[in-house]
Amino acid sequence: MSELPILSIVIWLPIIGGLVVLAASECDCLNPRPIALGFAVLTFLLSLPLYTGFDVGTAAMQFEERASWIETFNIWYHLGVDGISMPLIILTTFTTVLVVLAGWEVIRKKPAQYFAAFLIMEGLMIGVFAALDAMLFYVFWEGMLIPMFLIIGVWGGPRRVYATIKFFLYTFLGSVFMLVALIYMYTRSGSFEILDFHVLRLGLTEQILIFIAFLMAFAVKVPMWPVHTWLPDAHVEAPTGGSVILAAIMLKIGGYGFLRFSLPITPDASNELDWLIIFMSLVAVVYIGFVALVQGDMKKLIAYSSIAHMGFVTLGFFLVYTLMDANGSTSGAVLGIEGGMVQMVSHGFISAAMFLCVGVLYDRMHSREISDYGGVANTMPVFAAFMMLFAMANAGLPGTSGFVGEFMVILASFKASFWIAFLAATTLILGAAYTLWMVKRVVFGDIANDKVAALKDINGREALILGSLAFMVLLLGLWPGPLVEVMEASVKNLVAHIAISKL
Amino acid sequence: METIYLAIVLSPLIGSLLAGLFGKVIGRSGAHWVTIIGVAVSFVLSVYVFKHMVIDGGESFNGTVYTWMVAEGMRLEVGFLVDRLTVLMMMVVTFVSLMVHVYTVGYMHDDPGYQRFFSYISLFTFSMLMLVMSNNFMQLFFGWEAVGLVSYLLIGFWYKRPSAIYANLKAFLVNRVGDFGFLLGIAAIAMYFNTLDYAEVFAAAPSMSDATIEVFEGVPWSALTLICILLFIGAMGKSAQVPLHVWLPDSMEGPTPISALIHAATMVTAGIFMVARMSPLFELSETALSVVLVIGSITALFMGLLGLVQNDIKRVVAYSTLSQLGYMTVALGVSAYSAGIFHLMTHAFFKALLFLAAGSVIIAMHHEQDIRKMGGLKKYLPITYWTSLIGSLALIGFPGLAGFFSKDTIIEAVHASHIAGSGFAYVSVLLGVFVTALYSFRMFFLVFHTNERFDAHTREHLHEPPAVVTVPLILLAVPSVLAGYWIDPVVFGDYFGSAIQVSASHDVIGHLAEEFHGAAGFILHGIQGPAFWLAMAGLLTAWYVYTRQPDLANQARNRFSLVYRVLQNKYGFDRFNEIVFAGGARAVGWILWKLGDVLFIDGLLVNGSARVVGWFSGIVRHVQSGYLYHYAFSMIIGLLLLLWWTIGFVPNG
Repeated sequence: MSELPILSIVIWLPIIGGLVVLAASECDCLNPRPIALGFAVLTFLLSLPLYTGFDVGTAAMQFEERASWIETFNIWYHLGVDGISMPLIILTTFTTVLVVLAGWEVIRKKPAQYFAAFLIMEGLMIGVFAALDAMLFYVFWEGMLIPMFLIIGVWGGPRRVYATIKFFLYTFLGSVFMLVALIYMYTRSGSFEILDFHVLRLGLTEQILIFIAFLMAFAVKVPMWPVHTWLPDAHVEAPTGGSVILAAIMLKIGGYGFLRFSLPITPDASNELDWLIIFMSLVAVVYIGFVALVQGDMKKLIAYSSIAHMGFVTLGFFLVYTLMDANGSTSGAVLGIEGGMVQMVSHGFISAAMFLCVGVLYDRMHSREISDYGGVANTMPVFAAFMMLFAMANAGLPGTSGFVGEFMVILASFKASFWIAFLAATTLILGAAYTLWMVKRVVFGDIANDKVAALKDINGREALILGSLAFMVLLLGLWPGPLVEVMEASVKNLVAHIAISKL
Repeated sequence: METIYLAIVLSPLIGSLLAGLFGKVIGRSGAHWVTIIGVAVSFVLSVYVFKHMVIDGGESFNGTVYTWMVAEGMRLEVGFLVDRLTVLMMMVVTFVSLMVHVYTVGYMHDDPGYQRFFSYISLFTFSMLMLVMSNNFMQLFFGWEAVGLVSYLLIGFWYKRPSAIYANLKAFLVNRVGDFGFLLGIAAIAMYFNTLDYAEVFAAAPSMSDATIEVFEGVPWSALTLICILLFIGAMGKSAQVPLHVWLPDSMEGPTPISALIHAATMVTAGIFMVARMSPLFELSETALSVVLVIGSITALFMGLLGLVQNDIKRVVAYSTLSQLGYMTVALGVSAYSAGIFHLMTHAFFKALLFLAAGSVIIAMHHEQDIRKMGGLKKYLPITYWTSLIGSLALIGFPGLAGFFSKDTIIEAVHASHIAGSGFAYVSVLLGVFVTALYSFRMFFLVFHTNERFDAHTREHLHEPPAVVTVPLILLAVPSVLAGYWIDPVVFGDYFGSAIQVSASHDVIGHLAEEFHGAAGFILHGIQGPAFWLAMAGLLTAWYVYTRQPDLANQARNRFSLVYRVLQNKYGFDRFNEIVFAGGARAVGWILWKLGDVLFIDGLLVNGSARVVGWFSGIVRHVQSGYLYHYAFSMIIGLLLLLWWTIGFVPNG
């Protein structure tokens, strides 16, 4: 089994699938939906050996593939995964299946192109997580934006052009600086191998400049305050599937970047500037929590909630140096980074579920305004039960996945400083307030109007999607052990690496 | 034994899942049967465990069910600690839960959400058992939040009512404020002990008594004091201590069976249980104990006073619950943990009884809850009447009934304590006794005696509810009378063994135990003390004012109108929270959004830079005029500049 190039397969199979779906649309006789679903499910199944065949005992890259790509510049087609990237790949393949299912009946305009865009994007996103060559990484990184622009720009809402341009400008601005940093390091090391960058000796000024270049790319993606304002607009205009992929996977790429590039390549700059990241993360948790409270648009509310939750990710990642200053050891750093990782995976499920819930309502009522709803539980009891579960997960209830990451990060940050933990823990109150207040106004109450009275409860397809997410949310909440075990060796190795100065 | 513990926890969960997920398939009677059987199994097995542990002298159990995760060498596990403290809680929880399950068959008979209700209360029983049986802080927090979730779902059970969904959101958020402190406390424990396992933490606690933490730079605090106070903030939320008590009266929007089960007998006592469980930690911090004591005394007296001006039958009982929780907290504050737990147990019985009796009255009165519209119900509802009388007498501490033993022990313990704040606490709990008797019997007389104040239509349908309602009342009345006689082993004996630890300098119970010579002697001693006479005074005042001289109450209200208004407004907590916290948070959110995101980041930076680019290109555009001589001219200028720059050419030499 390990002889098969699994990573190449899961990258290129969906891309080929996308092309097949496009080609099939040329002839009207073929329905693109089952073909797309077939490819998505097959990719998901083929990605599972990455977990079952994963060796948890080592921090080394696994399932490696290496072939020369552009010899002149020493660029390689080099793939591999460790405990940090592997869970994110499976999250991607899992989510894509749900997204294809979610668009089944809803997308009437150019369905083949819609499904093709998602399949191609899936391959490119997996490529981002699997690439070990910085140029290959960059190609996937930029490439995946194209289908996303198309998804928002073609199938989006009325202000989709504004949202797309804002999204493009923000992310492009960040990526350009990252490209410069990558090329600079190539000139220093003579290769684009990310793992070579990790051991590349760099002076403090160089590190700080590179760190800032990466920060601009990754902070926009996560997104961190204050470069977050593209996200609410993009979510509001994106079709449901686009929002799901955006929240569940794309934001994670920013978090992944911090772990794969910023911390190991520029540990001393991270040490110098960690206060900035921690400050921005706490602002995300507290400031954005308050902003989420007053949103009248459900998608905007969930988008802001995403920013707040991603604040925990970046907070957990950058605790290491504060911990070393406070206690003289890295104790707690592994917990913080693992907490951030768990939070990324969990947020993938929960935000996907929340956006799908809004999608279910939007498909029926064509409104995302909270004030247009009220008393949905009366007409859609099954849906209400799901929404309640996901809302509670979003509020970080123990027993759901939403609790695990936040719990780990709060535990780790208390070791660093009482006040960091104090501010981070306000999410317990704020997260519950904005999520449950929305639920109160949408789900509970008497039937608000005739449109709500005419609502039909979810069908089997929707129940399958929400049910499988509910299963994952509960599984990860009740037994996060396996996920943490997978990443333990890689994270320990990372912490040991970044604790040593490069100067 | 491990299988038995698992079965105790899982059988209500299975019942809940069956009733919740397959409610339509199994129908209404199917739903109540699976859940009642599930809880009954738990109860019977709890009795078995009790026999094994207490009567046969079996060992306590501390074991892991499964490993939740291992992160950075810290094992977080799901497991059970079953000792004598646990088994007492298990008995109380499963017994009251079983009674409430049976009662619900009658109370919710016509409700369309019948299956959902049974599913929730069984889920509650599971969560509460997880909480009390936990052997570590992580699982404690799980149970803690899970009971909060079910409480949220049940307060908002009638989700069409605006008041119900307001109350449940409020309850959840106020509890979350408590949990905020609680979680920080757990994080502090993880930091100092590097484990969340009770046994390991308690074993290491004495060596931590000198550890300090600088929350504010240059001000070292005892780490254990900080931990205990943070944990206690959690207890204040769950056990509704001032100022986090505001959710409990509103929680009465939920159906009455859950008011009895969750908001009187079990969930709200979780905080009391938690502090008693943490006695090895709290004993090491006298500051924390004083905080506990003062908060408890304030709650005991001032929440009782509010019960005097309530007219909703359930709200009177709710304020009574707040006040009694204050008594339990006071007991914890003076290190009389066993007395606190004992009062928790007796209170669970008589308060569940009082709530279910109130529910019985509410059913009979067709969901009328205003005691001003009742009166003279004694002859229509004899069983409810007599059981209520037992419950009320037990509550005010009438000699010989359960509440007498537990409350008198607490008062004596406070009297014997010398910890800071004990003087204030003693006055509060004594005055509280008078107030308790006054509000309890005010309600009792207004409901069951005095003239009938309802219309003929109500009278026609007025009759005792069916046996599923009255039998639980009778079954709860029995321990409300008898449970007090268990005082010898539980409080003064060595019932708890090592489950509760008290340091010698705080051991007020040990001090009282020397003077304890059996229940009869305790009663005799009790009726010579001030508490008994204050209770009698309260009872007589209620009798005189509400049956003999009804005008007196109105006169007093007019004479002391300021006091009355303060009590009516519940000291202004609700208004304050509504304006400062709820309104403040929305205002802050609005300002941050409109000023921060919309105006500054988007308006100034994002769209601003777009405008700058537009403005700049608007100017540069003019250069591209299309005239050849413009281009030729600028080329010459450029060439000259280039020359000047490269070779330093200056025309004048």
